[in-house]
Amino acid sequence: MPKITYIQFDGAEQTVEVRKGLSVMEGAIKNNVPGIDADCGGACACATCHVYVDEAWREKTGTASAMEESMLDFAQNVAPNSRLSCQIRVTDDLDGLIVRLPEEQH
Amino acid sequence: MNVVILGAGHAGGSAAAYLRQYGHAGPITLAGDEPVLPYQRPPLSKAWLKGEAGEDDLQLRPPSFYAEQDIALRIGVRATRIDREARQVVLEGGHILPYDILILATGARARRLALPGGEMAGVLELRTAADAEALKAGLGPGRRLLIVGGGYVGLEVAASARALGAEVTVVEREPRILARVAHPTLSDFFMDYHRGRGVAFALNAWVEALEGEGEQVRAARLNDGRRLPCDVVLIGVGALPNQELAAEAGIACDNGVLVDLEARTDDPAVYAVGDVTRRPLPLYRRLFRLESVPNALEQAKQAAAAITGRPPPAPEVPWFWSDQYDLKLQIAGLPFDADDVVVRGDPAAARFALFHLKGGALQAVEAINAPAEFMGGRLLIGSQKAVSREKLADPAISMKEVAA
Repeated sequence: MPKITYIQFDGAEQTVEVRKGLSVMEGAIKNNVPGIDADCGGACACATCHVYVDEAWREKTGTASAMEESMLDFAQNVAPNSRLSCQIRVTDDLDGLIVRLPEEQH
Repeated sequence: MNVVILGAGHAGGSAAAYLRQYGHAGPITLAGDEPVLPYQRPPLSKAWLKGEAGEDDLQLRPPSFYAEQDIALRIGVRATRIDREARQVVLEGGHILPYDILILATGARARRLALPGGEMAGVLELRTAADAEALKAGLGPGRRLLIVGGGYVGLEVAASARALGAEVTVVEREPRILARVAHPTLSDFFMDYHRGRGVAFALNAWVEALEGEGEQVRAARLNDGRRLPCDVVLIGVGALPNQELAAEAGIACDNGVLVDLEARTDDPAVYAVGDVTRRPLPLYRRLFRLESVPNALEQAKQAAAAITGRPPPAPEVPWFWSDQYDLKLQIAGLPFDADDVVVRGDPAAARFALFHLKGGALQAVEAINAPAEFMGGRLLIGSQKAVSREKLADPAISMKEVAA
C-alpha cells in the first residue's frame, strides 16, 4: 500500500499506509492522524481538510478542480501548494507523498 | 471527571473525540442504541445509496480509535432513564452508567405519518444505516419508488434512485418542493432539474392510504383520487428531536433540549449536542433546531471546550450542503426576515447563487455549483457588513472582492 507522510504544524510526523482509491483526507482519518477536520466527510463542501503538498509531489498530485480552487480561495493561509486533501486520490504513484497541515482548519 | 455521552452518532462520537483532543483525561463512555460505531449519515442518501461508498467509508473514526483514545463503547443498548439526583443513566437491562458530566446526543428520528397501510413491507424511512440498507435493497432498475415529502432527503434519494435505474415519483403537500427550506427560485430550479432526469412530481397532493398485495405495498392513493403504483415508499417529512429521556428527567425542553452557547442544558452537569438540541443563534437572535453535521460538530466543540475549561470556539455561521446528480448545493446562514433577494449567475446554466439580505446585510446564501459565492457569502454573513447588491449581482466582480 502507498505510504503517506503527514507533518503537523508543530513538526510531528506520521507515516501511514493508505489503501489505493481512498483520498488523502480519508487516509488521515482512518489512521487517526489529527489536524484534518473534514467536516463534510469529503464532499468538497467545507475546506476543512486543507493541506500543503510537498513541492516534490505537486506535479504528481495534479491540479485542483475549479470547485476546489474556489473553496481554497477562501480558506486561511492558502499557498500555491494548498490542496483540499479530500480531492487527492491515492494511487501507486503517490507512494511516499508528503503533506503538511496548517495550524488550524477553517 | 467521568463523562458519559448518550447517543453515538456524529455529535456524540465527535464530542468524545474533541474531549480527548482538548485534554480531558478522565473516563469517557459513549453509549448508543444503534449496534454500530459512530458513522456519517449524510452519505446514506447520496454516495452510499448509489454504491459509491462502502460501510467503512461511513465510519466517523476507525474502530481502533476508541481503544487508542480510551473511550469505552456501549453500543446497541438503549437508555431507559436519566437519574439526575444520583447522576446516573440507567440502561436497558438495568445496567447503570454513573456520570459526573452527561452529554445528551440522542439525535432526531424520522417523523412518521399515520397512514392506513403504513405498516406494510416496503414502507420505509431514512435515518439510520439500517434504514438505508432496507432502502437500497428495494431499489434497482425498473423498481418504482414513491417519495412522500419533497425535502432535501427526499430529493437526494430521488437523484440516487434514478442513478440506480428506479422510477421515482415525489408527492409533496405544498405547492412547491423544499417549501420550508428554500427560496421559490431554488425550488423551481430543483424541480426542473429532477424532471429533466425522469422524476415525476405530484404537488399540492398527499397520500391518503397505501395499498398492498398481502403485506407488500403496491400503490399509494392520493387525496385527488389518483392511484400511483409503487414497490417502495420512502416517508421523508422531517425529523423530531429524541428529547424524551431529557424531558422525563425534568431537563428543560421545547421542541428540542434547550441549550446555551456552551451546549449546556439547565442542569449544569448535563450538556446536549446535535440534532436533539434547540440552541441560540446569536446572528439571528433566536433559538433554532439546526439539523446538520456542522452544527453537531460545533456543539461537540462547545461542550468539550466548556468541560475541559478551554475558551469557547469561535462562533460559526450555520451551513448545509446537498448533492444531487452533478449539482452541489451549499447553503450558509438562514434567511430569517430577509427583505431582499439577489440572484447572481444563471439558473439555466446550473451555476448560480441566491443572496438573502436584510437591511443591506447578508442573512443567507443558497449556492448551486458556486463555491466562491458560498464561501464569500459565509464570510459576509458572519461579519454582517453592509454589502452592495449591485456588486453581488454582477458575476464579473469576484466574490473575493465583494466579500472584502
